[in-house]
Amino acid sequence: MSLEPEYLTYPLRRHGYDHERYAWSMLGDRPPLRWPGDKPLAVWINVSLQFYPLNQRGVPFKVPNGMTMPYPDLRHYSLRDYGNRVGIYRMLAAFAQRGVRPTWAISAQLAEQTPYLLQRLKAYGGEFLCHGWNMDHLHYGGQDRDEEAEIVRRSVSTLRELTGQPVRGWLSPAKHQSWNTPELLAENGIEYCCDWVNDDLPYPFSTEQGALTMMPLSTEIEDQFVMCQNLHSEESWATQVRDAFDYLLQEGREQGGRLLALNLHPWLVGQPHRIGCLEAVLDHIVGHAEVWQAPAGEILDAYRAQTVND
Amino acid sequence: MKERLDAYDYWPYENRPKITWPNGARVAFWVAPNIEYYELDPPANPQRKPWPTPHPSVPGFSIRDYGNRVGHQRQMALLDKYGIRGSVSLSVALCEHHPDIIAMCRERDWEFFSHGIYNTRYTYGLSEAQEREMIRDGIETIHRHTWQKCAGYLAPALSHSERTLDLFAEVGQDLFGEEGGIYTCDLFHDDQPTPIRLRSGRRFISMPYSLEMNDTIVYAVNKVEPRHYLTMLKRHFDRLYAEGAESGTVMCIPTHNYQISCPHRIKAFEEALEYITGHSDVWVATGREIAQHYLSHHYDDALHDIDAKAAMAGRS
Repeated sequence: MSLEPEYLTYPLRRHGYDHERYAWSMLGDRPPLRWPGDKPLAVWINVSLQFYPLNQRGVPFKVPNGMTMPYPDLRHYSLRDYGNRVGIYRMLAAFAQRGVRPTWAISAQLAEQTPYLLQRLKAYGGEFLCHGWNMDHLHYGGQDRDEEAEIVRRSVSTLRELTGQPVRGWLSPAKHQSWNTPELLAENGIEYCCDWVNDDLPYPFSTEQGALTMMPLSTEIEDQFVMCQNLHSEESWATQVRDAFDYLLQEGREQGGRLLALNLHPWLVGQPHRIGCLEAVLDHIVGHAEVWQAPAGEILDAYRAQTVND
Repeated sequence: MKERLDAYDYWPYENRPKITWPNGARVAFWVAPNIEYYELDPPANPQRKPWPTPHPSVPGFSIRDYGNRVGHQRQMALLDKYGIRGSVSLSVALCEHHPDIIAMCRERDWEFFSHGIYNTRYTYGLSEAQEREMIRDGIETIHRHTWQKCAGYLAPALSHSERTLDLFAEVGQDLFGEEGGIYTCDLFHDDQPTPIRLRSGRRFISMPYSLEMNDTIVYAVNKVEPRHYLTMLKRHFDRLYAEGAESGTVMCIPTHNYQISCPHRIKAFEEALEYITGHSDVWVATGREIAQHYLSHHYDDALHDIDAKAAMAGRS
């Protein structure tokens, strides 16, 4: 028994990475970043508003939190829909009470299908970023490039048209990409992407169609990861977010600006038994004197204004 | 395939020869940061998929990169604070990819042991010659970049063959005599070092490297809450410390910077280190130091005891 000799050859064993998307650099080695008002910590509150189709194809995999039962999976379909009908309005009330400036990551198809919701989000204010077409339109290696290009173009243009905003940012469903996704985003005028969760600050990301900025939207402390994947309680999630906040704030004081990127799902934290924990989290972080709470695009601009090569 | 692993005999925890650590310590405590490189587009292995989704599997790749870009320096600052030298379980290709991490570890006189070339290149399916070559590459790469004579092995991604322990010990001995290839972290059968039987008959031991305290097992497999991990670490230590009054024990915390150094988890790790190193009878050591002490002072007694008990139990 043996494998082909190629299994023990390593053509990309070299300095830096085994890809050319971004440069190797350790967070602690970079020049300190300063946020507006000299705040040590920027907080990005991202709300993912998602459409999960009932006739899920699951190509090339079943998206987490999607349909799991034989068709028609009314249970998961309607539970996800709950977020867009009920949960988001609880969150809007909680945000309004505390002056939260959110970023709305929305499935383009949902924006098209629910004009009331879209108008309500626009009336509240905040930045829209494109969260793909829907949660069953995944981007993946091996996907036909033209097919993916059409999905990206349709998603971004639909959202721009409906929101009247430039739509500068992109979050792939399940943060999954093909080898072409970054190029397609740049081709469509996207400036920043949220998919690569490898940093606590933005960083420059290369494509053949020009540069993007990666804005890592942390998975490890997001509501669905902690409560749906790890099955921790809502209290435990709130504790973990507060612990992350306290740590990043202290690191920001000592080493230069840091970013807390908090991703939320209305179908999850918008439930009656969970919304109180979200409110407690917001109370802990939003009004803090050393926090700059802003939409993703403003954080991007503040970062870019201080970095020479971006 | 064998029904039973023949690397060691049954050897009950009670009534063993006493282990004495330096300065009468009860527990030999070591921290093993796994510093790993996972490839974005690794080749296929017939027995194990490196990523769960089509490449590029961005979620898995990027969080592991977080460990190197962000987490490593956070953990290193804590180990500095508590006077702990890490024993690095190293994907040796990281010497080429991220040499500044290696340099920081060298400045602190940390130990490096081999964890394969990449954590996306498995032992499964390799011929004996191929596995020997992979092990040799690991040991030689560590030597080339750090001048250290690699003492320990944790097979990449815990992928093994029936020959893994034999090959590691043989290659280590070929290259560095008695200093190379003296312990394995791949076995989880004990809370004390134990002799391992090799086809070469060479003196070689298993070093306790707890899978139960391994942060990736705790967080990603068992889905434990960060603050409960602290409770687990304290309980684990307390019991080994108590038992260590009779005969020395070993506690290891294997870590991964993409788990333990996340902002919502690192405080629990810090408090555990503070608690453990705050006890007087703890020997804070590296894997090699524990292995060498055991080989010099306890290996022979252990082997004699194992043989005597096996003879009583009727081993022919």
